[in-house]
Amino acid sequence: MNDRVEVRKTYKLFIGGAFPRSESGRTYEVHDTDDKFLANAAKASRKDGRDAVLAARKGFAAWSSATAYNRGQVLYRVAEVMEGRREQFITDVQAAEGLGDKKSARVVDSAIDRLVWYAGWADKYAQVLGNTNPVAGPYFNFTIPEPTGVVAAVAPQDSSLLGLVSVIAPIVVTGNALIVIASTKCPIPAITLTEVLATADVPNGVINVLTGDPAEITPWLASHGDVNAIDLTGVTSQDLAKQLEIEAAGTVKRVRRPAQPNWLTTPDLGRLASFVEIKTVWHPIGA
Amino acid sequence: MTFEYAPALESRAIVSIAPSYGLFINGEFVDPTSGKMFKTINPATEEVLAEISEANQSDVNAAVNSARRAYDRIWSVMSGRDRAKYLFRIARLLQERAREFAVLETLDNGKPIRESRDIDVPLAAAHFFYYAGWADKLEYAGLGPNPAPLGVAGQIIPWNFPLLMLAWKLAPALACGNTVVLKPAETTSLTALLFAEICQQADLPPGVVNILTGAGDTGRMIVEHDGINKIAFTGSTEVGKSIQRALAGTNKKLTLELGGKAANIIFDDAPIDQAVEGIVDGIFFNQGHVCCAGSRLLLQESIAEETIAALKLRLQTLRLGDPLDKNTDIGAINSREQLDKIEELIKAGDAEGAERWTAPCEIPQQGWWCAPTIFTNVTQAHRIAREEIFGPVLSVLTFRTPDEAVEKANKTPFGLSAGIWSEKGSRILWMAKQLRAGVIWANTFNRFDPTSPFGGYKESGFGREGGIQGLSAYLQHANASDDQARGTS
Repeated sequence: MNDRVEVRKTYKLFIGGAFPRSESGRTYEVHDTDDKFLANAAKASRKDGRDAVLAARKGFAAWSSATAYNRGQVLYRVAEVMEGRREQFITDVQAAEGLGDKKSARVVDSAIDRLVWYAGWADKYAQVLGNTNPVAGPYFNFTIPEPTGVVAAVAPQDSSLLGLVSVIAPIVVTGNALIVIASTKCPIPAITLTEVLATADVPNGVINVLTGDPAEITPWLASHGDVNAIDLTGVTSQDLAKQLEIEAAGTVKRVRRPAQPNWLTTPDLGRLASFVEIKTVWHPIGA
Repeated sequence: MTFEYAPALESRAIVSIAPSYGLFINGEFVDPTSGKMFKTINPATEEVLAEISEANQSDVNAAVNSARRAYDRIWSVMSGRDRAKYLFRIARLLQERAREFAVLETLDNGKPIRESRDIDVPLAAAHFFYYAGWADKLEYAGLGPNPAPLGVAGQIIPWNFPLLMLAWKLAPALACGNTVVLKPAETTSLTALLFAEICQQADLPPGVVNILTGAGDTGRMIVEHDGINKIAFTGSTEVGKSIQRALAGTNKKLTLELGGKAANIIFDDAPIDQAVEGIVDGIFFNQGHVCCAGSRLLLQESIAEETIAALKLRLQTLRLGDPLDKNTDIGAINSREQLDKIEELIKAGDAEGAERWTAPCEIPQQGWWCAPTIFTNVTQAHRIAREEIFGPVLSVLTFRTPDEAVEKANKTPFGLSAGIWSEKGSRILWMAKQLRAGVIWANTFNRFDPTSPFGGYKESGFGREGGIQGLSAYLQHANASDDQARGTS
């Protein structure tokens, strides 16, 4: 049955749990590593970025007050649904990154395992990053990590799925809401991931995924008054990274600078700790 | 009813102030290259206390080079156990010379001797004692088995708690193996310079601590110096933002402890007398020159009148005057410039229609003073409810429900601290969770301890000082390349 005409997909943005086209009406061509046409992806505008911030702020309210147990289960659910789509992800990653069968499978399996790893942290990181403090006086004093708020992230350009998942998971497992800009040249694994997120009990607005040009969208996010932190991991231009840091300073945003780590190695708690605030509470002790 | 007090002056004989001070570079006092000096003034008398050196670019270069040499050759390779012993020595020396530091701090800063003696100096010593013990236990800091220091740290501190802020900055940096170039605020250099003597008495290796005096230009030269690996700044949000901009695109790490506009929230079930003490501690401690001051009082409507009346009564018993008098509650405003800022905002409060009440106290003829001031009928839109005044000025607002209190408290770009007064445990914990601020004081206010992390949310800055969390501002994973990317948090 080789003569069946396949049903192709329209690739869209993921904002507030919905799949809109870019409000600008623009798309850009996505090719595989052999330069074969794959799709027209939405080219998000600054307005799409601002819509995503609104959605993320709404998502943050619900997500940050969810129990740690619940957040862990939701992230684990994302891994479960990804596992069910494992073949599709392998195909996507192959086309996007030009990897062979085996390597592509290894990357996808690592991405799923990475989510499971972070899902398990949901109800543990507060025990590692928080503590009680033996102050010199009659006070009970404890320190806990809390989510920073709305985070804007630029996903790695080369590692279109594993890198993406490794950026997303630590931000959301700690209760933050996220706007992530997928790899510009290989956005398709990220778009497939949005279909997973939409069916994995992730509350609307917690993870928003934009496709397009980071240089166009990120300055608006870096200067946005309702964005609390930016993760520049996937920014490849030093000039852009510097510009974004300067914009971020206007509202004292937390900044993670660009990085190209080996995504296959198990991470430390660094990313997770980058997007939490440390809160300390005092109360007198007395009869 | 008024009580007459006989003056109870702390003797200043314990302090000997030199006519002029050099810069402390590589373990020695040296003259500034420029030869430029500026005066430091007792804000309570306007008397010139001493002449202070202004460090220029070549002084900054010399200090950074000295810190780098000390880092490479001595401090970063010394065992944690030995670093600890130097820090313990410093803690002990501060305790031994505590009275001297307290008197000098009060002379140079204007704060009451009661506060410098009972809070600033003992807490500074405690900070060194606490972090001394960390120096040989850094593998327990949560950053892997062999966490590494960052290198040379540039530290810029404010004038409101000069010695205490020095301790908050130096102790964790040194414990972690970094060396330091520190700049005190230009109006309060003297205790930092006396601390340089402590470094000498402790035989701290030359270059581990360098102290450069000067104003904003000197600070900028430190921030922009290529030989610096990390900047720690405490001060205004405006300057903090300019530092964050200046470090953009570099590999330097940054922690910022900036301004605040804390809500102190009193519920109708709170013990009013205790709450009134907490309100006074919250905003009139250190003349209100406190970044975490409880400068916005949020009163539940049903108890607002009663609480304001009790507060006014209490404020009439506060004694404003000679900071060296042990009975003094309210000292001098640190500088003419700061007094102008406070008075400008008081005028704005009047102009915007808030109702002002000023405590009846006699203002001395000499020096810079501001009587405790309360504004009622304040709205969220007023400048006195939005901007950090950094003086003894309290803005009072009201609320009806806990939700409204949370909304009002959080409606600020700042997020350093907050206070909650209630007898209901579940409400306190709920409020503590809702408030977007780094330090929450419940049924208390303005408590500090070396084991307790301090720092802000939002535009109050990032990074923590104090506690185990304070270590991560000066350490990095030894071998995680991913970790090197952590910029400003």
